[in-house]
Amino acid sequence: MNAPNASGWKPGTPVEGHNAMSGPDTATGNRALMLEEPLLFEIGHIETTGVDLPEPKDGPNRLGGFERNEPIGLPGLSEPETVRHYTRLSRQNYAIDLGLFPLGSCTMKHNPRLNEKIARMPGFGDVHPLQPVDTVRGALEVINELAFWLLDLTGMHGVAMSPKAGAHGELCGILCIRAALEARGDAREVILVPESAHGTNPATAAFAGYKVEDIPATPEGRVDLEALKARLGPDVAGVMITNPNTCGLFEPDMKAISDAVHEAGGFVYCDGANFNAIVGKVRPGDLGVDAMHINLHKTFSTPHGGGGPGSGPVVLSEALSPYGPLPFTARTADGVVHLVEEENADEFEHTKAFGRMTAFHGQMGMFTRALAYMLSHGADGLKQVAEDAVLNANYVLRSLEDVLDAPFGPSGPCMHEALFSDKGFGEGLSTLDLAKAMIDEGYHPMTMYFPLVVHGAMLVEPTETESKAALDQFIMALRSVAERAKAGDETLKTAPHYAPRRRLDETQAARKPVLAWNDPAMA
Amino acid sequence: MRYLPLTDTDRSDMLAKIGAPDIDALFADVPEEARLSGPIEGLPMHASEMAVEKHMRRLSKKNLAAADAAFFLGAGAYKHHIPASVDHIIQRGEFLTAYTPYQPEIAQGTLQMLFEFQTQVARLYGCAVANASMYDGSTACWEAVAMAGRVARGKKHKVVLSGALHPHYAEVVRTMAKFTDDEIAGAPPSLTAKPDDDGLIARIDENTSCVVVQYPDILGRLPDLARIAEAAHDKGALLIAVNTEPVALGAIKSPGELGADIVVGEGQSIGVGLQFGGPYLGLFAVRDEKHVRMMPGRLCGETQDAEGKRGFVLTLSTREQHIRREKATSNICTNSGLCALAFNVHMTLLGEEGLRRLAMENHRLACMAADRLAKVPGVKVLNHAFFNEFTILLDGDARSIVRELTKQDILAGVSLGRLFPDIDCLSNGLLVAVTETTTEEDIETLASALEEMLA
Repeated sequence: MNAPNASGWKPGTPVEGHNAMSGPDTATGNRALMLEEPLLFEIGHIETTGVDLPEPKDGPNRLGGFERNEPIGLPGLSEPETVRHYTRLSRQNYAIDLGLFPLGSCTMKHNPRLNEKIARMPGFGDVHPLQPVDTVRGALEVINELAFWLLDLTGMHGVAMSPKAGAHGELCGILCIRAALEARGDAREVILVPESAHGTNPATAAFAGYKVEDIPATPEGRVDLEALKARLGPDVAGVMITNPNTCGLFEPDMKAISDAVHEAGGFVYCDGANFNAIVGKVRPGDLGVDAMHINLHKTFSTPHGGGGPGSGPVVLSEALSPYGPLPFTARTADGVVHLVEEENADEFEHTKAFGRMTAFHGQMGMFTRALAYMLSHGADGLKQVAEDAVLNANYVLRSLEDVLDAPFGPSGPCMHEALFSDKGFGEGLSTLDLAKAMIDEGYHPMTMYFPLVVHGAMLVEPTETESKAALDQFIMALRSVAERAKAGDETLKTAPHYAPRRRLDETQAARKPVLAWNDPAMA
Repeated sequence: MRYLPLTDTDRSDMLAKIGAPDIDALFADVPEEARLSGPIEGLPMHASEMAVEKHMRRLSKKNLAAADAAFFLGAGAYKHHIPASVDHIIQRGEFLTAYTPYQPEIAQGTLQMLFEFQTQVARLYGCAVANASMYDGSTACWEAVAMAGRVARGKKHKVVLSGALHPHYAEVVRTMAKFTDDEIAGAPPSLTAKPDDDGLIARIDENTSCVVVQYPDILGRLPDLARIAEAAHDKGALLIAVNTEPVALGAIKSPGELGADIVVGEGQSIGVGLQFGGPYLGLFAVRDEKHVRMMPGRLCGETQDAEGKRGFVLTLSTREQHIRREKATSNICTNSGLCALAFNVHMTLLGEEGLRRLAMENHRLACMAADRLAKVPGVKVLNHAFFNEFTILLDGDARSIVRELTKQDILAGVSLGRLFPDIDCLSNGLLVAVTETTTEEDIETLASALEEMLA
């Protein structure tokens, strides 16, 4: 028998002269472990069920004549078939558990499994939101304890816990600003948002009834303070600024921006999507921020789950705290934590709340996970989180700036994200081509074409949960692909070659939308 | 620290590569006076896995878990049995630790799941198209109201809410409407055996963009959606049907079938645990395909790849914030993807046959509970019809009775006083929900305890 390393080949190195995918077609369309999986509607049956429930007896019912008499069209699978169907589907996904996920702005860091275990404790997972409060004091304590951490880490005055995700938190913060302005009889119409902002910022401001205007940027990728000052006036309700910004840079003038906005009677909203870069290092409250949402699913590692659930608590300044929505929790001098809702808001002197953003009390399942994460890291560990995230990003930046254009590289270090442009790519090759080639190398691509202020932007966020070895491997892969892009390697245009699917036709999907399965037999 | 792989040697090697003397040099853009010198005061230092688990377990023990009580709460969140394989599948790292499927070539697992989910929801609701989920039922309800405003092109500004809409949902709609031009016409719920459909219809006028009706309603009753739809359409208004208990739709007609134009609801009952109110699963569907481009949220669609193989992508994103920015149909980005997966898996395990059986078992037990409770002196069952939740009227303040019963580990239901604290005449009402997890012993426990208390 050969020794395992007899060939001399090691994982993570090229295989000379062989294309792993070359070979005959298969009868099934499968390629060994890469398995094709039909839709549920092609393999399930209306009469199949994977649960054991009694056959209903005929007899009178009390459905008031609304009984369903037409079939719904919901096929079922037995339990073994169900487990196999979804396990096969799962294998067509990239995930943090499989490798580095450098999606800038999205903070794909390791999700500790302890947090999953804790969220499933019966006292958290199996509790109804409307149980009498005496039976849920522990749940209220979790919310209150998490609120304490968020306030201490941000240096802010109050926190609204109920927003369901980042964009919902943004809306909460902007509505607090609007309520505060209306309370002083000061109707203002405009929210200023930098061009580099996440799309949710302008969408949120518009949803809250504001006109949106751009804030210009400096050539160094920061807010142009002088231009901003020149635009401020009695019609400006506030600004929405991401800090660290979407170019992966800290806004050094943040305090001056806040002072200027306050001077002009407006408020400062900070998009906290990138708080993970500064947690434990600097407190937004010290920079004059009035409202900031915190993506628990970014900074505090609750899983993204293929697109949610998230959680977006909003920390508020003293000026905005009175307007925060219901419900929230409050601890009284006797140490008891109370749920403050519409009916007892008077008792807790919170009569100016702008209303309610959601049924019930927010994303409890995310609160337990986030709190477990904070307790695990502690104040010392969270500071280390920010430092390692920034260190990893700068390591990527400096290791690749000789092959990829880093528009803000010369101006100094980045924060938790390294930003590159497509400058120097061969004729006809784009950021998209490079990104798709990274898929063939076994990576999820970086964020592409965002922020909009950099041509062909590639925003790389490695996060602090990557080892140096993992970074070195990633850098090697990205370097190789970048060199191919600069050399005009045409094979990039058809990448990915080895993924479960080749490039998908998005134009066709949008032109003739097929958004639900239609039974060809029923057509 | 167990979640941080870098060693001190790595850190100094990397700083050397970067050309920075120390880590603080990388934070040079943060003004010196704002930089914290040490760990933030007032917070504990790092803790072991064992210590964190112990702390959290202590907090969890202060809560009465639903499984440890005779349990009858509903009002928009229901206790159903979730098959073990559902939780197993959603914990697979390939689903749990994936992102929104922006790179479809390596996200077909999530995308195919979303396509199946959209199809299941559309069929359950009797609609043409469902989206890939919203945060929860209450925010889906507001998004539907906002969409109806877009359909009316801003020419109609009145939103008629049924008095028997979940009060939290109504409050979310009222809150959001404060910041738009919409006038919200609500009404208090009436404690009658049948919903006040006539009163609702009378409030619809030519300026009404939409009528919002819950089905079954907050008191467990079944409004005549077909009649309301007709009245709404006569005035050029859309009917938005809200469903907070999807299991009901295994037994009763779908809102789409009855003429609702937009159907929204809470999907928690299928696959998602109670979790003290979140994360839950907002469902959103439109009956007619012509309204698709007005919809909020993500949509997954079928297409093919460069080799002609079927595949799925997020589509029609020109409605969305990352493309349209301030002109988007909604600001939603992250939604409830993993809860949608839980729903998808649970619904697949049920299938049509399982859903029908589940619904009828819920209804059978609810009928049994209603009959038993009706025999308790001092208890009157309000509903003419119901699915798995009904309202009883007690000789006494329901809220204090509910609190008192917790001492016997009975979670008797949701008092109307909790839901409508401002409306005194509802204070003797109690909403009782019964599901397949309710046993005959539980029903007897509740009935006997009420007999004793009301005697």
